[in-house]
Amino acid sequence: MRRRIVAPLILPASALFLALITGAVFIVLSSPLVEGHFDFGLPLKAYGALISGSLLSTNGWIDTLVNASPLMLAGLSVAICFKAGLFNIGATGQTLIGALAAAAAGAVLAAQPAPIAIIGALLAGLVAGMLYGFIPGALKAFTGAHEVVTTIMLNYVATYLIAWAITGPLLAPGASFARTSDVGAAALPSLLGPTGHHLHAGVLIALATIPIAWWILNRSTVGFEVRTVGANPDAARYAGMRPRLLTVGTFAVGGGLAGLAGTIEILGVSGYMPAAYATNIGFDAITVALIGRANPFGVLFGALLLGALRAGAASMQIQAGIPVEMIDILQGVMLFYLSADVIVRRIFRLRKVEGGVDELATVSRSYGGQTTAP
Amino acid sequence: MDALLDVPVLGVLIQLVGYLGSVVVSNGPIIMALAAPLTLGALCGVMNERSGVVNIGIEGMMLASAFMGWFAASAAFQSMGPSEPSEFFGVTPPLLIGLVAALLTGLLLSLVHALLSISVRADQIISGTIINIVAVGLTGYLNLLLSKSSPPTAGKFEAFVPPHFLTDLPVVGWLFRMFLAQGPVTMSAIVLAVILQILLFRSRWGLRTRAVGEHPRAAETVGINVIATRYRNVILGGLFAGLAGAWFTLDFGNSFQTGMTNGRGFIALAALIFGRWHPVGAFGAAILFAYAGSLGTAIRTLPPTGQLGDILSAIPPQAFSALPYLLTIVILAGVVGRSVPPAAVGRPYEKEGAH
Repeated sequence: MRRRIVAPLILPASALFLALITGAVFIVLSSPLVEGHFDFGLPLKAYGALISGSLLSTNGWIDTLVNASPLMLAGLSVAICFKAGLFNIGATGQTLIGALAAAAAGAVLAAQPAPIAIIGALLAGLVAGMLYGFIPGALKAFTGAHEVVTTIMLNYVATYLIAWAITGPLLAPGASFARTSDVGAAALPSLLGPTGHHLHAGVLIALATIPIAWWILNRSTVGFEVRTVGANPDAARYAGMRPRLLTVGTFAVGGGLAGLAGTIEILGVSGYMPAAYATNIGFDAITVALIGRANPFGVLFGALLLGALRAGAASMQIQAGIPVEMIDILQGVMLFYLSADVIVRRIFRLRKVEGGVDELATVSRSYGGQTTAP
Repeated sequence: MDALLDVPVLGVLIQLVGYLGSVVVSNGPIIMALAAPLTLGALCGVMNERSGVVNIGIEGMMLASAFMGWFAASAAFQSMGPSEPSEFFGVTPPLLIGLVAALLTGLLLSLVHALLSISVRADQIISGTIINIVAVGLTGYLNLLLSKSSPPTAGKFEAFVPPHFLTDLPVVGWLFRMFLAQGPVTMSAIVLAVILQILLFRSRWGLRTRAVGEHPRAAETVGINVIATRYRNVILGGLFAGLAGAWFTLDFGNSFQTGMTNGRGFIALAALIFGRWHPVGAFGAAILFAYAGSLGTAIRTLPPTGQLGDILSAIPPQAFSALPYLLTIVILAGVVGRSVPPAAVGRPYEKEGAH
């Protein structure tokens, strides 16, 4: 128990602690811009608002869960790609395309009975995300184009695709700004009934995906093959596995998960998609996967942590005047300490614990072409 | 019958080729300007990858440098007041201060990258990702806080005015306009690409750098300090990223917008690969990407006539905006198999017998 649950949390917790301290120094340094004079109490005020907005009320907890759900799905997307030795920086694009497909399908099915509309829209988002994940997977497997650059390019392509689709064929008639029509019956129902903050059913989808992903990765044959390819593509080939197929398949499944993340945002939160829809979920997802060391239950923890930060960010901006971008800074600094675990272990006198994602070595080696195209 | 059907299509194709060529001539200066940050970013990549370190943080380094360059220039302008721009590129003291700030920012961030990827031996791609995340957060955070007081702009460097007898030359005049009617940062991209090309393949430093990037163990045995060489090159590479950042806010434009680098740091990486890790090759690739990026504007401002005009104006403008990114993917897919990176890229170096 202690070894399996507490030990993996020590390093992320230490990194979070150091990130909060670094962030506090930064808040004090920038306090003249916020309040016109140096204020050493500002970090406490900011972090207080952050915590009260996310953890100290029922609504805060609901916001945390709602924010964490897409992060669980997108984080899983990055994590299972890590396990196959692939770096998916394209969760942003896959999420956007999934959201677009769900919004389009929802608009079409809006007047159908709810079960049909919901399942149809969910499937549309899932499949669209899979297709968008399939592209970098196939490019890597068959041409050797490294996914780090192609997925980022696809993120930009996705934003232009959405701008075109929502100002063109999917434009809602009579809307005051460029957006798709309401998803109507495809909207995900609220778990708490019509009152209170909107805890939509997508949260359940995200929570259910975690153990399924864990089982597939760690208990099934496919999962074993994926992990073998990630650890050593050459060995996997000699053992008769098909690394190309696994690369394409893993990327498609990863894309599908990210697509679902976008889907539950549209069907559960907004109910339509504006042309200016933007998300930074790709970087959040990488952070989540790294905090969770690419383990699905670790991803759950990472997503809840980041979900809480995102949920509290708004009250931090309102009550303390600290822009929400502070969360990005905290996230980057936390990743710095997670990567530089040597430094963290020295500060806290920790013994060597497994800290990183081992399969990452394959990602970097394949960038330099040292593993033959899978 | 077939021949009759073919002719109209052929006609449009010939028109298209002619139009695409005419865009190069008429839009030469803007293409060159847009190629500058891509070239400088790719040169940063050359410095890193030739010595065996992946750097996907170029995007973030550019963004942070663009911000700091603009911020420092603006702050200097506020305290020093307006000054007479010099004849030479319209240089003013605030602009120089901004340029230095941008370079220092690139230097500082690449020091972080060097620390993580060389000393800590963290994953190099993660290290780059961290720089990208922190750069987005920091610049967004500070920009939002600063915009409340709307700081003044310190202006920007002025473009060089090439003598008329050159630009008026028949046939080749547009080339002089393209390469010479530019601001100092843009021009430096051309000069630096050539200098780095020569140094990399003709100097002792270049030989050592390439040795460290291809086979660090062998380099170590002949007495080259692998760690020190990597540190030096990665940190100096940050200067190129800093210069690329300065291009955004001190040369091409004069203000900062959140996320203004818009993926150019990543396209620079593709230019590096397409240029086969040669500085001048990367410059050529950057020109190609910049050309693709300028096509949308060209079609809007100077549309072709006739049938071709109808076809091109029917294509949604977003398709042209996405063109450089799509082109990057196509080129990576077509070229990568034949383009061989330095052998030790992405692999942290550990001295024999360490631990």
